[in-house]
Amino acid sequence: MSLNTLTIAEARDRLRAREVTSVELTQACLTAIDGAGALNAFVHKTPEIALERAAAADARIARGDAPAMCGIPVGIKDLFCTEGVPSQAASNILKGFKPEYESTVSAQLRDAGAVMLGKLNMDEFAMGSSNESSCYGNAVNPWRRGNDDTPLTPGGSSGGSAAAVAADLCLGATGTDTGGSIRQPAAFTGTVGIKPTYGRCSRWGIVAFASSLDQAGPMTKTVRDAAIMLGAMAGHDARDSTSADIPVPDFEAALTGDIRGKTIGIPSEYRMDGMPAEIEKLWTDGTAMLKDAGATIVDISLPHTKYALPAYYVIAPAEASSNLARYDGVRYGHRAKLGPGDGITEMYEKTRAEGFGPEVQRRVMVGTYVLSAGFYDAYYNRARRVRALIKRDFDLAFAAGVDAILTPATPSSAFGLGEMADADPVAMYLNDVFTVTVNLAGLPGIAVPTGLDSKGLPLGLQLIGRPWGEADLLNTAQVLENAAGFVSKPQKWW
Amino acid sequence: MSTIDIETARRVAKLARIRVPDQNLPQLAEQLSGILTFMEQLNEVDVDGIEPMTSVTPMRLKRRQDTVTDGDIQARILSNAPDAREGFFAVPKVVE
Repeated sequence: MSLNTLTIAEARDRLRAREVTSVELTQACLTAIDGAGALNAFVHKTPEIALERAAAADARIARGDAPAMCGIPVGIKDLFCTEGVPSQAASNILKGFKPEYESTVSAQLRDAGAVMLGKLNMDEFAMGSSNESSCYGNAVNPWRRGNDDTPLTPGGSSGGSAAAVAADLCLGATGTDTGGSIRQPAAFTGTVGIKPTYGRCSRWGIVAFASSLDQAGPMTKTVRDAAIMLGAMAGHDARDSTSADIPVPDFEAALTGDIRGKTIGIPSEYRMDGMPAEIEKLWTDGTAMLKDAGATIVDISLPHTKYALPAYYVIAPAEASSNLARYDGVRYGHRAKLGPGDGITEMYEKTRAEGFGPEVQRRVMVGTYVLSAGFYDAYYNRARRVRALIKRDFDLAFAAGVDAILTPATPSSAFGLGEMADADPVAMYLNDVFTVTVNLAGLPGIAVPTGLDSKGLPLGLQLIGRPWGEADLLNTAQVLENAAGFVSKPQKWW
Repeated sequence: MSTIDIETARRVAKLARIRVPDQNLPQLAEQLSGILTFMEQLNEVDVDGIEPMTSVTPMRLKRRQDTVTDGDIQARILSNAPDAREGFFAVPKVVE
């Protein structure tokens, strides 16, 4: 068995038992990455950094006090600033940008001894659900529909992270999730992805998209790995005023496998019109698994669910238009070549037209419009009121005794790359229908693979937890994972 | 059904400081109209008496002393600038 196929937990145990070295693990991953160019998952490789950190990790493990992530090779989404290493949020406007600093999350992983293999593909500025808005070209899903070689999307925006984990190019990867960008790609690739409670992980040094919604989280092969990796990523950071100053529990220790007496809510509003029978069955089966494990199943109502997507597509572009105002061709990244007589306004307009792709331009303009004089109340303030109601729906469910909520993760399995090219932008937005409520309410949500569809593609369920209840949520997720027994891997074609 | 006309699309592009060629304005106007129409579902919701959300987690932002905590890193701050001269970011001449 190749070392790159190990889980984080297996690798940690073998590293501690001195059966393998981090250098060996890292080399196995680097070899796998070099052989997986067709997946376009890693867009900046950092083999020298990786091998240097692996050697340092081996020395630390030898000293006997290494944390769980020590020596574990991981990939970092291109949205995270990494010191001296290109970090361009998959955008041409940040071409050539090499941060002078390291994001808090990637610094915590580094300080825990994790080994960075390189930077991972994503949708430009994390805006997208298919990885097709990337300036590097799309990442490709390692999964295919049986013998059909149509290339499929790994989902987005953390598509490179999902593809890399599913194809065993790394043991885990960082992702970020603003409307579903960890959970949807995890579901499309048969991997696990958790978006923690807003404020659990520091946003410092992560290129901002929509600051009230953005959260970082791990993407891994198993729920246990997600628990281990999240533990290293989470924690208070004085440099992010919204990061929570509360202790980070031992998430792995919470994986008791016992959910007897827990109450799982099934929200009727997530049963969408025209939902594929396979998704419906997946959800029913998942419900039965949790019931068999001793949980109480209750039907619940989250009445404002249908307004989550339109509220999100006001709030997220509004915040994005403000955050992305900083890309002006002055301090970093691309600056357009100017013609004779061009002044500073032309520099801004040409730089942003050249640097931003079509979806980013569209969202910045939507955000500009909904924040402009005369429309601020009608769109932006109304969306923020609806957001308060969406959160209240969840608050009421939890107050009534619900411990976690089970829903589908996505409305379909992975679709073909290019299939949405001619669709209305709104059609692509529908990918986030089950995940976006969680960001609006600031809750933790996890996608767990629980089955394959008739085309042989993975499907996932989502569990939504109480604020700061990641430990409990991970425990329930692991029960679901074990009951579903999802062990399929994509057949290697790349 | 919201409609953004070509002039409005041009104005939004200007406000966003993104140059959009004239021939692309009709398609932009159509896409913006579609997105805004999608958002108009929000008008169905009764939001009377509901405050706009400002923070998803009830929290009081931390305060700190208003003191300098960092500095003397001019070269590092300028290291990614497309054009920097004599310790400053350089931009085209601004004539008002």
